[in-house]
Amino acid sequence: MDDLDALEAQSIFILREAYRRVRPLGMLWSIGKDSTALLWLARKAFVGQIPFPVSLLDTGMEFPEVYAFRDTLIREWKLDYQNALCPPESTVDQTLPPAGRAAARKTEGLKLLVARERWRGVILGIRRDEQATRAKDRIFSPRAADGTWNFADQPPEFWDYYQTGVPDGAHLRIHPLLHWTEIDIWRYTRRENIPFCSLYLARDGKRYRSLGEKNITTPIVSAAATIDAIIDELASTSAPERAGRAMDHESEDAFERLRAGGYM
Amino acid sequence: MRTFPVVFTGHVDHGKSTLVSRLLLDTGYFPDGKLTELERAAQRRGVPLEISFLLDSFQVERDQAITIDATRIWFCTAARRYAVIDAPGHREFVRHMVSGAADALAAVVVVDAAEGLGEQTRRHALLLPLVGVTRAIVAVNKMDTVGFSAARYAAVKAELEALFVQTGLTLAATVPTVARDGDNVARPSTRMPWYGGPSLLEALELLDGSQARGGPVRFAVHDVYRRDEERILVGNVGAGRIQAGATLTFAPSRDRARVKRIVRFPASDEPAVAGEAIGMTLDHPIFVGPGDVASEIGTPPQIAAAVKATVFWLDRVPLAIGEHLRMRCGTRDVTVVLDAISGAIDIETFEERPTAALARNDIAQVTLRGLGPLVVDLHPAPLARFALYRGDAVGGGGIVRTVVARSDAPEGSAVNDSSLPPRVTALDRMRRYGHRGLVVWLTGGTAGDAPALAAHVEAALFFAGAVTAVVVAEERAAGGARLAADADDGAAARRCAAAAAALADAGCIAIVVAPGATRADLAYARDLVPGAFIDVRLRARLAADADGVDDGTDMSPAERESAADVVIDDDPARSTRELLALIRAAAAPR
Repeated sequence: MDDLDALEAQSIFILREAYRRVRPLGMLWSIGKDSTALLWLARKAFVGQIPFPVSLLDTGMEFPEVYAFRDTLIREWKLDYQNALCPPESTVDQTLPPAGRAAARKTEGLKLLVARERWRGVILGIRRDEQATRAKDRIFSPRAADGTWNFADQPPEFWDYYQTGVPDGAHLRIHPLLHWTEIDIWRYTRRENIPFCSLYLARDGKRYRSLGEKNITTPIVSAAATIDAIIDELASTSAPERAGRAMDHESEDAFERLRAGGYM
Repeated sequence: MRTFPVVFTGHVDHGKSTLVSRLLLDTGYFPDGKLTELERAAQRRGVPLEISFLLDSFQVERDQAITIDATRIWFCTAARRYAVIDAPGHREFVRHMVSGAADALAAVVVVDAAEGLGEQTRRHALLLPLVGVTRAIVAVNKMDTVGFSAARYAAVKAELEALFVQTGLTLAATVPTVARDGDNVARPSTRMPWYGGPSLLEALELLDGSQARGGPVRFAVHDVYRRDEERILVGNVGAGRIQAGATLTFAPSRDRARVKRIVRFPASDEPAVAGEAIGMTLDHPIFVGPGDVASEIGTPPQIAAAVKATVFWLDRVPLAIGEHLRMRCGTRDVTVVLDAISGAIDIETFEERPTAALARNDIAQVTLRGLGPLVVDLHPAPLARFALYRGDAVGGGGIVRTVVARSDAPEGSAVNDSSLPPRVTALDRMRRYGHRGLVVWLTGGTAGDAPALAAHVEAALFFAGAVTAVVVAEERAAGGARLAADADDGAAARRCAAAAAALADAGCIAIVVAPGATRADLAYARDLVPGAFIDVRLRARLAADADGVDDGTDMSPAERESAADVVIDDDPARSTRELLALIRAAAAPR
């Protein structure tokens, strides 16, 4: 087993553990590289048939290429896809900066989705290396009934043992990719030949390293027009992955507050 | 590139987070913009920049300059990639330390040169080998505060060597450091010319990074999926190789079957290797479910009624002798009783002190008795590692040291031991057995139905861990204590009542099948066990049968029904379930 095999085996265990012990269960698919790799892992875990629905928290503001890629994969992979429309921007706190408003819409959209589907578990493709508060999260991470995260009192997790029960009304965020890094995702995507949205590849000297809403996500300067070139680029860069995501940078603890309030 | 996970531990304020941050800084890890972001944050608070702010990502952590939860961060050298796990040192956060350390291949233990060993240093030195980390590098930090004294360094080093010998941790290297300034972290120090050893980073690079998964074949069945009429057993190969055609034995049933096919998506029939997540189908249907463990013939895991284990307890509410917990070992969940605590380990002396309960953060040698069969290997095999759940919450964990076939008496306790309580109370029995003693008086039904139902229900209770007995008043009934009816009317029913009451007093769930009991017999039986008696009447399927099974009673079937506590229909599909639910409710601890 090489390092990607080990990562894959652990993620499959987590997916199967979630399905065995947490029902009803759903999965968020942002159509980005991470959650698409996660979908592929779920197909492996459940021998080709993902036994729960997958949802996009749809703000209507994704890039057209993202929607097109989504539709292709739903068809080809025969996904049980449920679009989850986020509440309109007019319903969220208007004093928030633009990126904060988008995050607030998704946070609300997720709350509504979890409440509507009565999910006790939501599988998400976040990783520890993306952002410092994500680095401290758990693989099975409980959220209170209002979606909030009590990061100062997290359950123990050791070996392959997780706390999989939650009180009624509360839910678990389940993070099978928590231990992966950005470059792991790309190396795995290349090895397994997993499809990904073309926006990640450079066009006219720019590419998207992280995909968010089109009004609040900026591309990076890059000549990486192939997946090999992306991997080479990541091996040498020291710029953070989410530098192009405005929502993280509007204040020092912007992302911590987003996450404590229920953001992914 | 293989990742080498390493956990940084140490007593609070000995400088762990600073050391990690310095390591990252000096290996060029810092992302662009991170330093200026932190400088700005420090300015706003009017405090000097602490490089540990890099890891202490929560606002509250930076405000209080403490680490709340284990974090994980990656850096690369030419040789390999490191996953650094930075675990909090505060006493109340040991569970986060355990959460972080369980993944690590080695530890870096940070010790303040001036303060020497702290309580957490000792606790971590004890915990690390328990969670599977056997090697540690020690950074004797803040050497500037002791004037870079070689003598002070040697004294702290000697203390650590003695500690590690006691806990079974291998001391891979000791390095004198000043994390804040970078001395001997990733580059050598000019301020300690007396030290000729490696820097911390060099010492890390010298550690062997292979993750051997040796040992005989283990496959813990995680779940069973149905695909196209096939039952696919899924799980991760714990050790060994498995290929199509291999004969596997499943514990605890000891049933055997051959692997028909290794199932993967996309399909591939390569042999499965240790660590891999796979599926498999078997050549013939045997009953196998989640929690069973497959092995090769001749090298099975242990199937135990009870185990002696070293446990760490993490929950705020103490764990008392007699408490029921759920033990998850591999993928198997079994209810266990904490039968005995042979000693909780004193952190100062490492001596074992007797105790009746484990407090949060205690580490102790205990006996756990399963209410069903436990399937385990012995430490240090992976299948020796378990978690203990109290309700839904992870309360603690541990490792299996030895297995015990029977665990009725805690080892070392003697009949005249003055530390034992003077007698065993009903509460003691309830705590151990997980239920109250109870008499279930079962009559009625079509001939032969009541004894069969009693046997079924007893089996369901027994194999779920209950202590049970069936008392039957008729010669022809199979199993249980047979008390022959004789000429003396009512004597058989009353003897049954007395036997059942004695069993119930001993904590047992006794099911009595005694047709022919009179109204007076029933009153007598009920009075023997106040509050622990249920009279259950099976309504006959055919009215014509009703009289035949109740010779000798002084009540008509209708009167018998109205006298009973509960009447259930004699319907084979439902009666077992209904009676079980009834008994479980009545016997539930309260």
